[in-house]
Amino acid sequence: MKVSYNWLKQYVDVKLPAQEIADRLTMAGLEVKGSQTIGGDWEGIVIGQMIAVDKHHNADRLSLVTIDLGGEKQETVVCGAPNCAAGIKVAFAPVGSTLINPHTNQPEKLKPAKIRGVVSAGMACSEKELGVSENHEGILVLPPDAPIGKPLNEYLGDTIFNFEVTPNRPDCLSIIGLAREIAVLTGTNLHLPDLIYPESDRSITQDATVEILDPDLCPRYCASLITGVKIAESPEWLKKWLLSYGMRPINNIVDITNFVMLEWGQPLHAFDFTKLTGRGIVVRRARREEKITSLDGVERQLARDMLVIADKEQAVAVAGIMGGANSEVSDDTTSILLESASFKPTSVHYTGRILGMPSEACVRFERSLSPELTIPALKRATKLIAELGGGQAAKGIIDVYPGKQERKSVRITTAETKRVLGVEFTVDEVAATLNSLGFECQPNVSTGSVIAKAPYWRSDISIPVDLVEEVARVRSYDRIPTTLLAEPIPKHDPAPITGFKRKMRQALAGYGFQEIASYSMVGMDSLTRLSPQSKKPQPLPVRISNPMTIDQEYLRPTLRGNLLAALSVNRAFLEDGLRLFEAGKVYLPKDADLPDEPDMLCGAIAGRRGERWWQGDGEPVDFFDAKGIVEGLLAQFNTTARFDPANDESLHPARQAAVTIGGKQVGVVGELHPAVAGHFELPGGVYLFELNLPALVLHTGFMMYQPIPKFPATIRDIALVVDVTVPHQKIVDIVRAVSLVIDVSLFDVYAGEQVPAGKKSLAYRLTFQSPNRTLTDEEVNRVQQQILNRLVAEVDASLRG
Amino acid sequence: MIQRLEGLNQNALRELDAIKDTPTLEQWRIRYLGRKSELTGMLRGLADLPLEERKNAGAFANRIKAGLESAFEQKNGALKAESQSQVLRTGEAEAAHGDITLPGRPCPSGRLHPIMETYREICDIFVSLGFQIVESNDVELDYYNFEALNIPAEHPARDSMSTFWVDYENDRGERTMLLRTHTTCVSARVIHTMKPPIRVIAPGHVFRYEATDATHLPMFNQVDGLAVDKGITMADLKGVFYEFARRFYGPERRVRFRCDYFPFVEPGVEVAVECAVCHGGGCRLCGSSGWIEIAGAGMTHPKVLERGGIDPNEYTSFAFGIGVDRIPMLRYGIDDMRLFFGNDLRFLKQF
Repeated sequence: MKVSYNWLKQYVDVKLPAQEIADRLTMAGLEVKGSQTIGGDWEGIVIGQMIAVDKHHNADRLSLVTIDLGGEKQETVVCGAPNCAAGIKVAFAPVGSTLINPHTNQPEKLKPAKIRGVVSAGMACSEKELGVSENHEGILVLPPDAPIGKPLNEYLGDTIFNFEVTPNRPDCLSIIGLAREIAVLTGTNLHLPDLIYPESDRSITQDATVEILDPDLCPRYCASLITGVKIAESPEWLKKWLLSYGMRPINNIVDITNFVMLEWGQPLHAFDFTKLTGRGIVVRRARREEKITSLDGVERQLARDMLVIADKEQAVAVAGIMGGANSEVSDDTTSILLESASFKPTSVHYTGRILGMPSEACVRFERSLSPELTIPALKRATKLIAELGGGQAAKGIIDVYPGKQERKSVRITTAETKRVLGVEFTVDEVAATLNSLGFECQPNVSTGSVIAKAPYWRSDISIPVDLVEEVARVRSYDRIPTTLLAEPIPKHDPAPITGFKRKMRQALAGYGFQEIASYSMVGMDSLTRLSPQSKKPQPLPVRISNPMTIDQEYLRPTLRGNLLAALSVNRAFLEDGLRLFEAGKVYLPKDADLPDEPDMLCGAIAGRRGERWWQGDGEPVDFFDAKGIVEGLLAQFNTTARFDPANDESLHPARQAAVTIGGKQVGVVGELHPAVAGHFELPGGVYLFELNLPALVLHTGFMMYQPIPKFPATIRDIALVVDVTVPHQKIVDIVRAVSLVIDVSLFDVYAGEQVPAGKKSLAYRLTFQSPNRTLTDEEVNRVQQQILNRLVAEVDASLRG
Repeated sequence: MIQRLEGLNQNALRELDAIKDTPTLEQWRIRYLGRKSELTGMLRGLADLPLEERKNAGAFANRIKAGLESAFEQKNGALKAESQSQVLRTGEAEAAHGDITLPGRPCPSGRLHPIMETYREICDIFVSLGFQIVESNDVELDYYNFEALNIPAEHPARDSMSTFWVDYENDRGERTMLLRTHTTCVSARVIHTMKPPIRVIAPGHVFRYEATDATHLPMFNQVDGLAVDKGITMADLKGVFYEFARRFYGPERRVRFRCDYFPFVEPGVEVAVECAVCHGGGCRLCGSSGWIEIAGAGMTHPKVLERGGIDPNEYTSFAFGIGVDRIPMLRYGIDDMRLFFGNDLRFLKQF
């Protein structure tokens, strides 16, 4: 909310610099998010009066103007403005002052100038040159009472604060509310405007009626009636304040309702009284299919639970949101029925949201304005309309108040201030602070308590801590000491997944992977690309009912789409090898319940094994790189997995493996299906692995130390010839099942010449060792023969010569 | 005699110093230490001297001989080492790969995402202060995200947290599931499920229905914190944040606590640190205020505790929420948030 410091000064005797005010209010909860200084660079510019305007002897369009600057000082300037006239008061800028160049819009220093042979001592400024508006039609004419010789910034200078008012303080969406805060925080006096105005003899009740049919949505409705009004332009002072807020002046009546709304925070609405059928107001819910044409000329459909202001026949306004065109004040309006009412905040919020019409009024109503505010605002506006619109106010006002509630008192103790803040405020301090804020206080020193009743404008106060905050913020949060938690540290029992995830990520970074992070929301397109046939995933992922874009309509059921997209984005780096991973949640739908959100780890490698280098480029990565990474990761957590054939449709059917631990699949590794690679504009040779971290973490963390062997190991190499279809794993399983074999490692795989067709040769190094003795050659021979026998029997293996 | 020895010694050492190759060194050895050398001759001639003088001169001559021998050994070692390295250098200089300015064999260097690293830094500090990390669902019930935190339907605070809703309605036609708009909902869950004393932090993604631009993303990151115990005060909240700021931003950065409003705390606080660029003077980075907001915080609202089954008359509590994304933005001068999720290696490789 943009607020002029000068306007605030009309209500509070404060002289502090604007920055000081901004700082104090900010610290106390009313944040000033920046401010704009008007006249900060008006150094040297003073108010002067034109005392003589003569024709320039050399130019028709120019005048020679003598300006009185007070104290018998006069200057002569050359002026080309059409509105030069003797007697007017102007802003005089001497040579050397800084002004906005109207052509470049940049500030420039005024240079000495000789215009058509006449030296000009300075100039009379336009609004644009002063930087207060875009107006450059003529020079700025100051009011007749502007004091000659006074520096202009003392007269016209201002600071516009940009307040960010929090939702709990609707009272501060007003000049008076902010002035009240300033008065409290600076210890200065507040002046409220006079609300008394002359009334006619004829009572308002003789001419107008108000009826509330739905008091649950309208706790109070007040109205006044002003007749004999003449619609006209508003006076300068009123227009000035509206403009300072950023509001466009329209006519005196509309401007007054806006002005009073800004001044008091209470939105008002002026009806053309003669346009109200039946001369009465009915406050009711909208009828079925009811429509209203708003002031902007748009016909709007109303819903049954929206509150409207109606006359005896039809809706004339949507309560708290906007007026109707049918009762609008126009140039020939003479009688005004002025509304000052209280509406249920949630109803106004709902209606404003559905109709899509946020307005100044709406913003205020939806934040719990006090029903008590209706009266002062109504009286202030009535008085102004009578004064500025030349009208006559009817006797009395209408006040229908079905929702009156007694304001409750709240008790605060000094002990509570200590309990919450860590510092105790005395009864005197509490009472004095609350008093200054307008609370009615009953202090009791012996019980260390204050019973406080909030002023009507503070609808946000309901429990003792609310008062604690008031005391703390007015007395400054700097009063609160700084202590470190003294209590014992609570039992620590973090979920294992948290630390596991971190270690996994660090391990992958160690393997040269770059971590990526991506949105949880994905488009269906990114999901169907994961299928070689572009099928939709089943079950359908969790859908967002109001996505920002079609690319963010679903919650990702897999990390793959985003990871492959990232790979694709970076495919220029394939030459040097790409290693990317993401660890994050996927979202798996559950019926009528929150989705499952397991943490997954997905990695991809592509391109070469290493960066290009001058001693030769790395080989392209293959399936065994990906598998090796998974094996290495698992080994870091002291676990090993089985790799069995699998059928993940995104992966190459023959080059993929399910990662299984303890009979449970915890992940998959494989080459990306060529069709899927194509969908992501990736070349072939992309390898992917995916691990389900919550499933995996169950198999980590248990580890027992193995003693270092005391007796020597015996090593034997054997080469086997088997059918090409016999998997290596099967041979390992057979060999490992024999006692005294502690390790078996494959060191060669060969098929081709010297090996029969349909066969392959596998060479293994076997390690034999006993924990309690040195093995003899005979023993090892025996065991090795046993192994060979089994291999012959189970996989039809033969020893290669 | 002694004078002669002294002169001989000095000459020998001076000559030795100037020697640059092994053959010259050998000549030197023969001249000064050889069987026919002057020194050897003098040692032989000692026998002719009177007893007293013989004793002194003998000791002196032997000392000089030992000194020269040791100097010879040292010189000999140095010359050998020099000639060996000469040989090594010569061999290498002739090889194409001898240029040590050639690039080293690339060692894969992976990196973690800057946002994730920021999470880690924040969490590590709070863990060291006794806070435990809890993680929870991104998809949350309206109850924990809003109702439990004093934000009922139609509350104006909901406007500032535009919500993504999950496409699901219950039997009464109400949307009950949403993407959490803040991690404070994790604190709400903790209040409902854990018994005091409690000290937790909840890192995680949060989501708001906002158009994407350089400073707004529909998904961003927060760390929420909560402490519940008997005797916890706002002074403790201040202490925890001073400690956090001291460790995270360094001891010289000032911290500011100002009144602010959040529906789930009372009193409410905005925590800010002095701007690193202007040190409080005001600049473009901090929006001329001189301060950079790092967290919203406050004393947990009694109703929030009560709703979760914790007696607010017995226990007090503070809560805070730290915005994560702005931290690396300010630290590294990143002016566009979208870079974080664009996953361009040219960006990510810099961290």
